Amino acid sequence: MKGKIVIVDYNVGNTNSVFNAIKKLGYNVEISNKQNLIEQADALIMPGVGAFSEAISNIEKLNINKLLTDQVVTNKIPVLGICIGMQLMANSSEENGFHTGLGWIDGTVKKIPQVKNLRIPHVGWNEVKPISDNDILFSNCTFENPSFYWDHSYYFDCRNEDRAGIVEYGIDLTAVVRKDNIVGVQFHPEKSQNNGLRLFRSFFNYFNII
Amino acid sequence: MLKKRIVANLTIKDDVVVQSIGYKKYLPIGSVSVAVQFLNEWGIDEIIISDISATIERKSPANDLFKSISKKCFVPLTIGGGVRSIDQVHQLLHSGADKFFVNKFAIENPKFITEAAKIFGNQCVVVAIDVSYKNDKPVIYNYESRECYSLDLFEWISELVDRGAGEIMINCVQRDGRYNGFDISLAKNISDFVNIPVIICGGAGKPIHFYEILNNTNVSGAVAGNYFHFTEHSVITTKAYLLKKGLDIRLETFAKYNNIYINENNRLEKNEDAYLENLLYQRFVNEII
Repeated sequence: MKGKIVIVDYNVGNTNSVFNAIKKLGYNVEISNKQNLIEQADALIMPGVGAFSEAISNIEKLNINKLLTDQVVTNKIPVLGICIGMQLMANSSEENGFHTGLGWIDGTVKKIPQVKNLRIPHVGWNEVKPISDNDILFSNCTFENPSFYWDHSYYFDCRNEDRAGIVEYGIDLTAVVRKDNIVGVQFHPEKSQNNGLRLFRSFFNYFNII
Repeated sequence: MLKKRIVANLTIKDDVVVQSIGYKKYLPIGSVSVAVQFLNEWGIDEIIISDISATIERKSPANDLFKSISKKCFVPLTIGGGVRSIDQVHQLLHSGADKFFVNKFAIENPKFITEAAKIFGNQCVVVAIDVSYKNDKPVIYNYESRECYSLDLFEWISELVDRGAGEIMINCVQRDGRYNGFDISLAKNISDFVNIPVIICGGAGKPIHFYEILNNTNVSGAVAGNYFHFTEHSVITTKAYLLKKGLDIRLETFAKYNNIYINENNRLEKNEDAYLENLLYQRFVNEII
């Protein structure tokens, strides 16, 4: 039975909220930045909340960037990035200067364009439109366009084939990225009540994490 | 479309939820953890916890308490009261907060906003402003000295935006606990003045107050404290009312919003006998995630 989930702690995330949500669903989950635990993990969660530069420099300080890339890109361990955790997967980010990301999915992180009198940051509940009708992440949701909680001023500008869901906010922003075992969501499933819990369940079910 | 938020504000004093009336009188309600759990089960969009004793008694945020309540909270949690350093924000986020807010401390140390926005991102930094009226002009109120600041309200708001605040929470001191409706003109003036989200608190007493503020102004959310207490499923009944009025709000998967009729006095109306009788023969299954 596979089932060890590690929430990677790079000291900017709301790690406890993610932990509480996954724990409620009954999984074997731990918060850690220890090398051996990340090596043994069957699935990784990269949590959110924070600024890009702070997150990436903490990962470098902990010296786990190569290990994470090995696990995700070479060993194909399923990974779910949330908010900043998803943006870290990009090649680079424009938030407070130029910063290099982990480069797992091609694209850059950009500021949400100011259209009309749009309020930035994008805060609150908004609907995700899955690009394909039977997307694995939303297979368990009860609404056609489920609402999730968002809280961000930057978005992941990526290639169309890596986009699995969009959100309408001025323009269509990337809501979900997916490339094989790599999944990233811009919203906060840990803070989106039952829709969020359902998303975690779908993710783990798809990758056979029990 | 981004939905308008219905937000609950839990005022806590000495680790107990209280109702606040005009920033002067406090009525004890009960345990914070029970309140959070109920609001969650009623499908609230966000919970704000304002610890009003922390700053006055120079205490640090009650992280142990927040850790235990966040285990039952699956909606965003914004915590404020007693925050005076970056380190404390780190601890709050580790205790389950998603955002934090500062009020008086920001006025005394505006640089703190810039610094926090850089580390945690703008979206994490909420600034609360207590607004009172002096000669019919809105002014910033100091809850500790009970006097008004000479700092101009709109100058302060534009400074906050420049420094990278991610959201502004307006507390209307004179409407606190009065149940006489939100301050619509103030909400209009402030939300049209900035392009970051603005939420407003103070005065909610009936579901129609939520409709008026959310439909007629550009605020992103309406916050209520006392209004949600003492009424079972108050969030669901309020949302059912707003839904019938045609407002775009977030609905929860486990709640039923049809067949809830609430009148202008915030009283739940009885359903028709035929409908109630029919319920006897319906089977209800708990949601399995």
